[in-house]
Amino acid sequence: MVSTSINMTENQLNPASWVDQYADYLFNYAVARVSDAEIAKDLVQETFLAGLKSAKNYQGAATERTWLIAILKRKVIDYYRKINSKKGKAEVRINYSSQSDSAGDWLEENVADPFSTLENDQIENAELGQAIQECISKLPKKQSAVFVMKTIRGLSTEDICNELGINPSNLWVMVHRARTNLMGCLNENWFKL
Amino acid sequence: MINCEKASTICNKKQYKEATLFEQIQLGFHLLYCKACAAFSKKNKKLTILCERAYLHNLSELEKEKMKEKIEHNI
Repeated sequence: MVSTSINMTENQLNPASWVDQYADYLFNYAVARVSDAEIAKDLVQETFLAGLKSAKNYQGAATERTWLIAILKRKVIDYYRKINSKKGKAEVRINYSSQSDSAGDWLEENVADPFSTLENDQIENAELGQAIQECISKLPKKQSAVFVMKTIRGLSTEDICNELGINPSNLWVMVHRARTNLMGCLNENWFKL
Repeated sequence: MINCEKASTICNKKQYKEATLFEQIQLGFHLLYCKACAAFSKKNKKLTILCERAYLHNLSELEKEKMKEKIEHNI
C-alpha cells in the first residue's frame, strides 16, 4: 500500500479507507442527482479512481470528503453533458403556428408548474439525506453498522445478530446509542418541523 | 411499572415496529409521568420520519468490496 500525498498539513489522503468512509455518502449524493442507483454507483467508482489519479495534486486545503465531493460534482455534470449530447436538440416554439403543430409532445407543455412545491421537497430531502449520511459516517463503526443494517437496509433483528455475532439486547443498546448520537448530530433545524 | 432504560428500549423497538402491544402500553403509561422520556420519544419518532423522508440509499457490502478491489488495483 502506498501512502499518497506527503504534506505537513492535517488533511491527508488515505485511499485505502475511502470506500468505508465515503462510499455511502457519495452514493447518496449521486443518487439524489441522477436518480438511478446503477449510474450513481458507477459515478462513485469513477470518482474514487479519478481521486487516485489526481492524488498528487491534492493540496490538503480541503478535507478528503470535500475534495471527493468536488470530483463527484464534476462527474455528475459530465454525465449530464454526455447524455445530452446524444439527444437531438430540443425544439421550443413560442406559439403553435398551425393546427398540426398542436399535436404531439411539446416542451412548453412540460414546463414545471410554478406553484408546485414538489421540487423543493426533493431538494430538501436530498440535503436531508446528505446530512444524515454525514452524521452516520461520524458514528463509531459498530453503531453505524447496526444502524445502517436496521434502518436503511431494513434487516431483521435476528439477521443482524447472526451477522454481527451479538445478542438482541446488545443490538438495542447499539441502536439506542446510534439514534441518540444522530439526534445530537443532526442540525436542530431538522427537528423543528 | 418500567424504568427509563426499559422505556427507551421499547421506544427504539417501536421505531422499527418491533415492540409488542404489551410493551407499547407499558411505554404509553411511562410517558404519562416521565417528561424526559416523553421528550426523547418525540425526538426519536421525528428521527424515524426524517430517515424515511430522506429515502436513504446504501451500497451493499459486496458492491463496496468490488470498489475496494478496483482502488487497490489502481493505487
